[in-house]
Amino acid sequence: MSALAHVAGDPGLEPAAAAPEVKRRSWTAYLLMLPGVLWLAIFFLLPLVQLASVSLQSRYPGFPGYYYRDLNFSNYASALTDYAPHFARSFLYAGLATFLAFAVAYPLAYAMAFKAGRWRNLMMICVIAPFFTSFILRTFAWSQILADEGWVAGVLNFLHLLPNGHIINTPIAVVAGLTYNFLPFMVLPIYASLERADPRVIEAGGDLYANGFTTFRTVTLPISMPGVLAGTLLTFIPAAGDFVNMELLGPQRGKMIGNVINDQFLAVPGGYPVAAALSFTLMAAILVLVFLYIRRFGTEELV
Amino acid sequence: MAGFREAQGDLRLEGVTKTFGDFTAVDGIDLEVPRGSFFALLGPSGCGKTTTLRMVAGLEQPTAGRVMIGDTDLTGSRPYERPVNTVFQSYALFPHLTIRDNVAFGPKRRKAADASERADEALQLVQMASFAGRKPAQLSGGQQQRVALARALVNHPEVLLLDEPLGALDLKLRREMQVELKRIQTEVGLTFIHVTHDQEEAMTMADTVAVMNRGHIEQLGAPEELYDLPRTRFVANFLGQANTGVGTIKDVEGDHLVVNVLGTPVKILRSRSQVHEGDVLFGVRPEKVTVSRTRPEGVGNDVRGVVRDVSFLGVATTYLVDMPSGATWSCYEQNLDVEPLDLRPGDEVWLTWNPGHAFGVPTEDEGSLG
Repeated sequence: MSALAHVAGDPGLEPAAAAPEVKRRSWTAYLLMLPGVLWLAIFFLLPLVQLASVSLQSRYPGFPGYYYRDLNFSNYASALTDYAPHFARSFLYAGLATFLAFAVAYPLAYAMAFKAGRWRNLMMICVIAPFFTSFILRTFAWSQILADEGWVAGVLNFLHLLPNGHIINTPIAVVAGLTYNFLPFMVLPIYASLERADPRVIEAGGDLYANGFTTFRTVTLPISMPGVLAGTLLTFIPAAGDFVNMELLGPQRGKMIGNVINDQFLAVPGGYPVAAALSFTLMAAILVLVFLYIRRFGTEELV
Repeated sequence: MAGFREAQGDLRLEGVTKTFGDFTAVDGIDLEVPRGSFFALLGPSGCGKTTTLRMVAGLEQPTAGRVMIGDTDLTGSRPYERPVNTVFQSYALFPHLTIRDNVAFGPKRRKAADASERADEALQLVQMASFAGRKPAQLSGGQQQRVALARALVNHPEVLLLDEPLGALDLKLRREMQVELKRIQTEVGLTFIHVTHDQEEAMTMADTVAVMNRGHIEQLGAPEELYDLPRTRFVANFLGQANTGVGTIKDVEGDHLVVNVLGTPVKILRSRSQVHEGDVLFGVRPEKVTVSRTRPEGVGNDVRGVVRDVSFLGVATTYLVDMPSGATWSCYEQNLDVEPLDLRPGDEVWLTWNPGHAFGVPTEDEGSLG
């Protein structure tokens, strides 16, 4: 308390020699921030402004690939009307993948935090190991695993669990790929929040007449909510914008919004303004969803 | 709550043992705690006192032996099936719940319709009612401690367990809480089992203290009894200070044993010595020793020494005196006289004590003597 008052006190009462010291320290903070701020300004803010201006440009009729500066909001209108199903599909697949990743990750993180003992480090390495190879390579591997000749499709077909005989090039494969690829981003924050929890707090649940399941529901799960929240955001946000899983594992028709943006930029002549408008719409939609989500489930620790 | 055991009565431990791998934390403890008493388990860290407590709570299961309340055998039952609640050392409040919800947690699990009202009553008892709407992180350590106590008390357990509950508090707050805990225990009349390594804390609060060492109970009794007449070397040294010396019993003079401590003969009342022949550890408490400049007549025990250090404490003065045996004794003299003794280091003094105040214990501790 007294230390606080000391810091917050009138600087005029401090010895004169202390003043330059304080000033130098505040400059140090700005200097330390400078590289990061510059980096973000050049490689994030500037492109964002550029993208915003592209999203409002108009084409020269008859000259595909040429644009002039404009305030053409029809790009946004066509982005929303033409591609609404793609947005819906993206959020559905990302939502499913997030839910599945949570269902797989929570028990895994729980086991690592409370039951693994000396196996904990090994399990941690197994969770992180996929980061040592490229995301694209691993997704290619999945296209082999899920191929019609592969054992997964073989077993499922043997059990008559696949309606049309395929698993590759179906939405199931896309959701499975998304779930797999973002799993570590779900496991690690949940693990961190469980590992940090005081085991005595969980014991206290049992001591106060809550059986194992009730203790989990009323104590353990709420305590780990900051980790769950972080994990779901880290999974949902990149999954909603992802196009690699759809490209490599998904069907020809019924693409996700990431694929549309990719095609508009790289394949469709004159697609730049629509691609930029789609990007901004996706960003805005995710921001709104995340905001609503945090409002509903957020805790002081995270926000 | 299907498995809940409505047990009532004294808490009994019968031959309770707990081993972790090769390590025996608790070694065949027998204990009976009368219903409604304030019982302290006192011992250094690693003596097995917390493990014993956790076995009563059901957080650990004994390797052997039984835990009973009244006629109900609780061995093997889960923590949530026992009429026992714990105040944890780290308080272990639920960080995501308000203070009221923390306290109402137990009653809610037992489907009490008036859980919130009972929580408020319990908070009243520990003088925390005005904090009911806050979160644990917004409270100080002392306040969290009170809430943890309320959270356990609200359930009216048959036995309340306190695991070093005052360990994290500063000295002044600890004193206050000692008085407070004693008041609450008297008020609610529950059996309290208090685990601590602080001998003063155990002695001020408990009706009965069990001193534990290496998984055994060394001695069990009222605090006065343990202090006045320790039965083992460990208890003599762990509970308060003692001036001790190893000697050999030479003779019996009526009710007294004559012990030769490195050439100096001293007397112990026969009934106050656990050993009646051979080697014995002789001891006397610092406040039982009188320091004087001249040799007093007819006391029976006197030894000459040289003052090494004098510390004036206000109410009392402590003298460190070098004895002919080579040991250093400490003597605690109340400052009753207006004229002080005015001793300085290097002065020769006589130390005397009543033979009825000395005690004799075995020179080495072996196993349980409780």
